This record gives sequence, C-alpha cells and structure tokens, in this order.
Amino acid sequence: MKQLSTKVTSNGHGQDSSYFLGWEEYEKNPYDEIKNPNGMIQMGLAENQLCFDLIESWLAKNPDAASLKRKGQSIFKELALFQDYHGMPEFKKAMAEFMEEIRGNRVTFDPKKIVLAAGSTSANETLMFCLAEPGDAFLLPTPYYPGFDRDLKWRTGAEIVPIHCSSSNGFQITESALQQAYQQAHKLGLKVKGVLVTNPSNPLGTALTRRELNLLVDFITSKNIHLISDEIYSGTMFGFEQFISVMDVLKDKKLENTEVSKRVHVVYSLSKDLGLPGFRVGAIYSNDDMIVSAATKMSSFGLVSSQTQYLLSALLSDKKFTSQYLEENQKRLKSRQKRLVSGLESAGITCLRSNAGLFCWVDMRHLLDTNTFEAELDLWKKIVYNVKLNISPGSSCHCTEPGWFRVCFANMSEDTLDLALKRLKTFVESTDCGRMISRSSHERLKSLRKKTVSNWVFRVSWSDRVPDER
Amino acid sequence: MGSLIKSGGVSGAILSRIATNDQHGENSEYFDGWKAYDKDPFHLSRNPHGIIQMGLAENQLCLDLIKDWIKENPKASVCTPEGVYQFSDIANFQDYHGLKEFRQAIANFMGKARGGRVTFDPERIVMSGGATGANETIMFCLADPGDVFLVPSPYYAAFDRDLRWRTGVEIVPVHCSSSNNFKLTVEAVEWAYKKAVQSNKNVKGLLFTNPSNPLGTILDKDTLKNLVRFVTRNNIHLVVDEIYAATVFAGENFASVAEVVKDLDSSEVNVDLIHIVYSLSKDMGLPGFRVGIVYSYNDSVVSCARKMSSFGLVSSQTQFMLASMLSDDSFVDNFLMESSKRLGIRHGVFTLGLKKADINCLISTAGLFVWMDLRHLLRVRNSFESEIELWHIIIDKVKLNVSPGSSFQCTEPGWFRVCFANMDDDTLHVALRRIQDFVSKNSNKTAEKASDNDKLIQNNNAKKQKWKQSNLRLSFRRLYEDGLSSPGIMSPHSPLLRT
Repeated sequence: MKQLSTKVTSNGHGQDSSYFLGWEEYEKNPYDEIKNPNGMIQMGLAENQLCFDLIESWLAKNPDAASLKRKGQSIFKELALFQDYHGMPEFKKAMAEFMEEIRGNRVTFDPKKIVLAAGSTSANETLMFCLAEPGDAFLLPTPYYPGFDRDLKWRTGAEIVPIHCSSSNGFQITESALQQAYQQAHKLGLKVKGVLVTNPSNPLGTALTRRELNLLVDFITSKNIHLISDEIYSGTMFGFEQFISVMDVLKDKKLENTEVSKRVHVVYSLSKDLGLPGFRVGAIYSNDDMIVSAATKMSSFGLVSSQTQYLLSALLSDKKFTSQYLEENQKRLKSRQKRLVSGLESAGITCLRSNAGLFCWVDMRHLLDTNTFEAELDLWKKIVYNVKLNISPGSSCHCTEPGWFRVCFANMSEDTLDLALKRLKTFVESTDCGRMISRSSHERLKSLRKKTVSNWVFRVSWSDRVPDER
Repeated sequence: MGSLIKSGGVSGAILSRIATNDQHGENSEYFDGWKAYDKDPFHLSRNPHGIIQMGLAENQLCLDLIKDWIKENPKASVCTPEGVYQFSDIANFQDYHGLKEFRQAIANFMGKARGGRVTFDPERIVMSGGATGANETIMFCLADPGDVFLVPSPYYAAFDRDLRWRTGVEIVPVHCSSSNNFKLTVEAVEWAYKKAVQSNKNVKGLLFTNPSNPLGTILDKDTLKNLVRFVTRNNIHLVVDEIYAATVFAGENFASVAEVVKDLDSSEVNVDLIHIVYSLSKDMGLPGFRVGIVYSYNDSVVSCARKMSSFGLVSSQTQFMLASMLSDDSFVDNFLMESSKRLGIRHGVFTLGLKKADINCLISTAGLFVWMDLRHLLRVRNSFESEIELWHIIIDKVKLNVSPGSSFQCTEPGWFRVCFANMDDDTLHVALRRIQDFVSKNSNKTAEKASDNDKLIQNNNAKKQKWKQSNLRLSFRRLYEDGLSSPGIMSPHSPLLRT
C-alpha cells in the first residue's frame, strides 16, 4: 500500500529469512513427547530452559518478592505507579553486581551508567539510534545473529557491513578481515560508525579470544569509531576458560576513563543467562554520559515492567543464589553441550569447538551435494521436513561458507535431545554420504579429533601469530 | 562532552543527530515544575509545605481494588506457590503475538470500557511499550521521515517526542480555541489539511486523543463520524489515542472510533485507515506495568506493528497476571463502575473548590485533570510571557506543580492543566486551600501591580474585582464556618469528604 510507510512494505524486518521460516514450520507441527511424538523438534531457538527449577525454588523461599511485598508490606501501589525511565535503583544496582560477578569481579559496573531496555532487541536498536544516522554502517563479524538485520537496521536506517570470518581459523576475527570490511564500507559510500560483536558469539558458541578483543579495541581506537559488545551470553560460558569481557581488556590496557572507553558499550540481557526472555530485561552500559542520557530517554519506548524489575532486583541481590545459579547453570550447559557433541560425532558430524552459548555451530559441509548455498538450503529443507528438526542454516546467519548450521541444545529435555540426535543419525546414515562416512568413520573421527585439538590449542594461545590453514 | 565532538578529524565517534538534538523535548522549560517538585515534594506529614504534584496524569483512585484482587487471586502470579507451576512456561514466553489469553482479556476489557457497544478482535491486538511505544510504532508504520500528521492542539506535550523524535515525522497542529470550548471541528481539520498540502507537505493522517488530554472532553459521535468520512475522502489515516476511554465519569457515553467504524457504511469508511492506540496506564492506573496496545483495522499495519512490538513487548509476567484479572468479568464490571464513580466525585469536589476561588474550568466529563481558566489572573492579557510568569508563581508561591497551556501548544495564554486523581483526599484539600488563599491574596496584588497601560482596564476590572473580593471573602468566611479550611475538622456533609 502506498499509504503505509516504507518500513511496512520493505523486507527490513528480515522475517522472510529461513531462520524465521523454520520457526513457522515448527509452529505448524510442534513436537510433544506424548501428544505429537512425530512432530518437529525445535532446535532453532536459543533458549535456556535448564535452570528454571533453581529460580522456582528461590521463589518458594522468598514469598515477599513473589507477592510484591517489601518487609511484609505490600508495595503494589508503588510498583503500579513506577514508570521512571531511570529504572529502579535497587534493580540497576543488582544488575551491575550480577554483571560484575559474571566477570569474576575483575571489573566494576556503575549502576548509573546502566540504561534498561525491553530486552537486548530494544537495547541494540536504541544504541543504533544513538550512534548512527540513516545510511551509516556498523561492521559485524559473520556469521551473526539473524535478528540483527531487524534490530540494527530496520527502523534506524543503519547498514551492516560484514567482517568475513572463515572456518580456516575457527571463524576468528582477523586484522585483515577488519580492514577489508572497513574499506568495503567506504567503497559502498557508507560512513563507518563502529563495530558490533556478540561475545560469546551467536551462532558460533565461542567466546572471543583476548587477541581478538585487543585487535578490536586497537581498531576502533585507530579509526576513532565505536565498539558495541553484546555480552548477552556472558553467563553461559562453560568452558574452563574464563569469560573475557571487552571491559577486562579496557582495564588491562589501562584505557579506563579515557576517551576510547567512552566509545565502548556493552549490551546485556537476562534472556539467556537466566532463561527469562519473556520478562524483557535488557540493558545498555556506556561510559559516555550523552549516550546514557539519550538512551535513557529512548527507553520510554520500551521500559521494563515494574513488577519484573522488583522481582529480579530481589533475585539478583541474593548473592548466595546468584553464585550457586551461575555455577550450576554452567555445569548443566556443559553437560548438555557434551551430549549434543558426542551424539553428533556418532553420526559423523563435528562442530566448531565451543565453550559458551546455548547452541553448537555444526559442520555439515560433507553432507552437501555441492559446495553451494543452494545445496545448503536443500539440506536444510530435508532436515526440517523429513528429519523434522528445526535448525538454523548458516546462510541465515550470513555465513560465507555453505554447510554450517546452528543447533540449539538447551531448550528441550534430555530425552528430546536424544531423540533429535537419533533422527539425525538415521538421516545421515540413509544418505550416500552417510554410508561412506560410517565406513571410514573411524579414520574420519581420528582426523577430526586432531583438528579439534589444534583449534583448542590455538584458542588458548595469546600469541599474535596467524593460524595455519587446516 | 564537547571534546567528543571536537575530537578526531574522522567523524565516526560523533553521536547521531537524534542523540544530540532536543527533539525529545525534555530540555524544555516545562520541566522546571517537575524539577522543583523533585527538590521539594509534598508529604502530608513529613513535608506539608512541599510542592504538590498536580502535573502528573495518574489515576490513583482505584488501586485498592486491584490490590485486593491480586491478593485474592494468587494463581494469577507466576511467583506465588499457587502460580509458580506456570513460571517456566511464562518466563520463557517471548512470542510477539502475546499470550492468547492476554489478548482476549484486553479485547474483553476494551469492549466493556466502551459499555459493550462495540467488540474488539483479539487477533488485532498488538503489544507495545506503553502508549508511548504504541504511538511511535504507529508512526513508523504509517509515515516516513518528513511526512506530516495533523494533531489538534492543545495536545499531550510528549507527542512531540513520541510521534517525531526517532521517526522523523512532523506534527502540524490543528489549533482549537476557547471560542467554541476547544471543540475539534471538521472545518478546522479541513483547513489545516488544505494549508499543509498547499505548502507541499505530505500529510499522512490525523491523530488525536479522545477523551482529550489536556482538555478532558470527549468528541461527540457526529463529529467523529464526519472526521472518519473526511479521512476516507482524502485517503489519509486516522489514529485515535483512546488511553482515557474508561475515565469518563459523567455526561454522554464515550463514542469510540470503533463504534463509528461499526455504524458507518463501508462506502463511508475505509477501515484500512483507522487505528486505535490504547493502554492500561490511565484507565487502570498501572503505568508501571507498561501495557500499550496498537489496534488497527488494517491487516498490513497489524502485521508490521506486531513485528515492531519486539522492541517493546509486555513482560510475560504482566501479561499473565492481567490475562487473569481482565477476564474476571465481575471484577472488571465493578472496577469500571467504581472507577467512574470515584473520578466523578473527585472531579466534582475539585471543580467546586475551584469555583469557590472564582476559577472556572472547561466543562469536562472525562480524564484525570481539568483544563483550568486562569486568563483573568494573567498580569498582561493574552501574553505567554505572563502565562509563564503566573506558572512560576504557582510553582514557587502556591507550591503546586501544574502544567501551563503553552506546553500543550495551546494558542491562547492563560490555560493550565491540573491533575486531580493522583493524590489522596487530604492532599487535594490542601491544594484547594492553597489555590483559594492565593487567589484571594492575588486579587489585591493585581490592583497594586497594574502597569500604566493597564490602569484603564484595571479601573474597570477593579470595580469587578472589588465585588469579587467581597464575594470571595464572604465565601471564605462560609468556608471557614463549614470547617472546610481547618484541617482535621471536616463537616460530615462536606463534599470534600468521601462517603
């Protein structure tokens, strides 16, 4: 309709992507252990359903928070009327401390620099409105979260220019990739306002290495641009490495309270770490007063419900709970990831070695008919419609290499995961490729394990050397 | 901050225009009242001489009913022992369609708030971050940067932010005046529309709040019908913000645009042009819960707004609770009736108290405020400078935070919006007394401070004032006798006492 805005008529919402189409198929035929055992299993949704019991038992022990009371007195009226866009001070304090705890208390977060938002969806869009004019660009390493096309670009008019990462080095960000992206933006006549990374990465499930973080900070320093670090998965780190935040790097490089630190912004949310996406709790953290001020005003368009702020401020202020939760969450995620990885291995499928996130980045290149995105889409359709698993094809994440898929593992029961793996194994073995694989599976797995080890060795290393091609 | 902008030849570091301009409207002097209030907030016992907040259109009159319901329905909370079995499903639920039960309950409530004269389709209910989010979203759906929406003035001050700031949409006001009680007419809209089109503006639609903020008046059904016909003829959109729908306390029934859509023949209304914005912040007094709704008769708009709702979904915890509460028909029926009653009483008490100070308000039958006429107290008639001066006096001397008409883009100086539903009875009583005291003192001062130019007018007025003064003093004596001005001693028949 000509009468409507171009936002209605364009595809800027990004929902025609296969990422969302898979969801729609799932909605038509959702798996249920009893009611629909042949239905589609949802493995395209990065949810954390592993630790609700911990929160539920906390609720049972904390009736005041549960029933909108403070010290036994109802504060319903206060909450009903509280719409101050500065947010509840006790809640922001609790958020700041929780963020510090996730980072091993190595860095501090000032509650006054936190701006609440309706989920990180809203937080990311708000930052774009603050930092970019329509037509300005942000550089994003590929593969990236498909929702960014909507969140960063749709209503803001900003552009995304990809920083191409490849499997040759475990999809890590390199200096040359950064420079290439920057130049590409210029070729397209776009002004680069900054770089946005998700750390730990979605869809890779890996935390950025210190080398990459240093590279990023040096890059934005030299180009005088911004860095947004979406650390929504920071509490899902389960590898034995510690999560390194961009804030750690600023501290270690002695850049705190400098002009550069004003251009580094962190986005956070409770949707993944605490598994509470329904509650819409997102946050922007910035050292730039102007951004905090502007973003705070913009938060009017998506404030966090006061009853939710109150509940979560009580939850997160309980330090005994938060430390137990973080530890248990990581334990359960690790065990679940292992289950997926070994299940895939027995089907002759490997993943990028991951140490965080709610998903694995799965290598199905060997199952493609040809090394093309058409073949990837064909494979995806087979997996969705025949194997009845909704997984996310790499192309929906703007991956430059066909054949990679994101497969989630924390949004279902163990039994459902096992069933999904069984279905996948059956499917793989039924294909020509699969039959070949099972014949030489022993050899293949041996060489795959070598690859995995070398990836691991590279990841832990702090040296600047460029990885060998493998 | 300055260094940020100066630093670096490369302009990459500079923030966006949106982040650095004033289009959010918050640097306006109108926030002076708020700032003054924040520094010295009134409290009946702890700070009885502080500033009373009468600039906040909140509805605090029926929160007890909601509180009681929540207490009696622990299952409606996912956190109580009775409701926690739902916790994980609800905490996990982020589908931007919203909980089906929530949409059904909202549709149910919206229908009841309109006396059951119209029903709403739950499939067209789209969530947003309060009406603030809803209004911005509908702009994003209907207009591109540079497009224009006509908005009758006086209008809600924050529309300048909500409709324009990040969307780039322009507002062209349709000025309404006291000559016809600020009523919006089709002629006025037509005139503003033609003028805008002649100046090569791309007018995408008309938006107004009904019942009106700040006027508290409702648009009669015939005019509403004619406006619907007007937008249909000219193929532009109509957005009606019905956020105050259930705050009607007297007079005619509120005619929602939904009713008009139902009544009119399809040749007279193109429903693809009709959109409603709603919220629970005023009708239910729950601004903290951030429940905004976009309701459109246009399928593409519903679809687009729903995708955009990702930027401001209602917390599932809140959706769940309200789904339960608003599908409790006996609660809703009683709430709507009681709310209307209490608002009516409060409005009556307040306007009566103002009348005793010879202050008139625009006759209104809805809203959480009155549109107070203080033109006679302006030092210089028809001067916005005088209005601001008077406003500062009201804040600093009378110690009330009220909102000057100019902050609502009113074209006539001297009108003020004064909220009456965001405080308890005692506080209202204190506010009224302060107003009455101020007016009686001011009637003397007006005669003293008159400039030479005004002397003639003043002489004529002085005769009127003297008459007024003696009447005022008489009425004050009566007030004193009635015990209305003495705290703690309330005549049982006083209208200020809630029965």
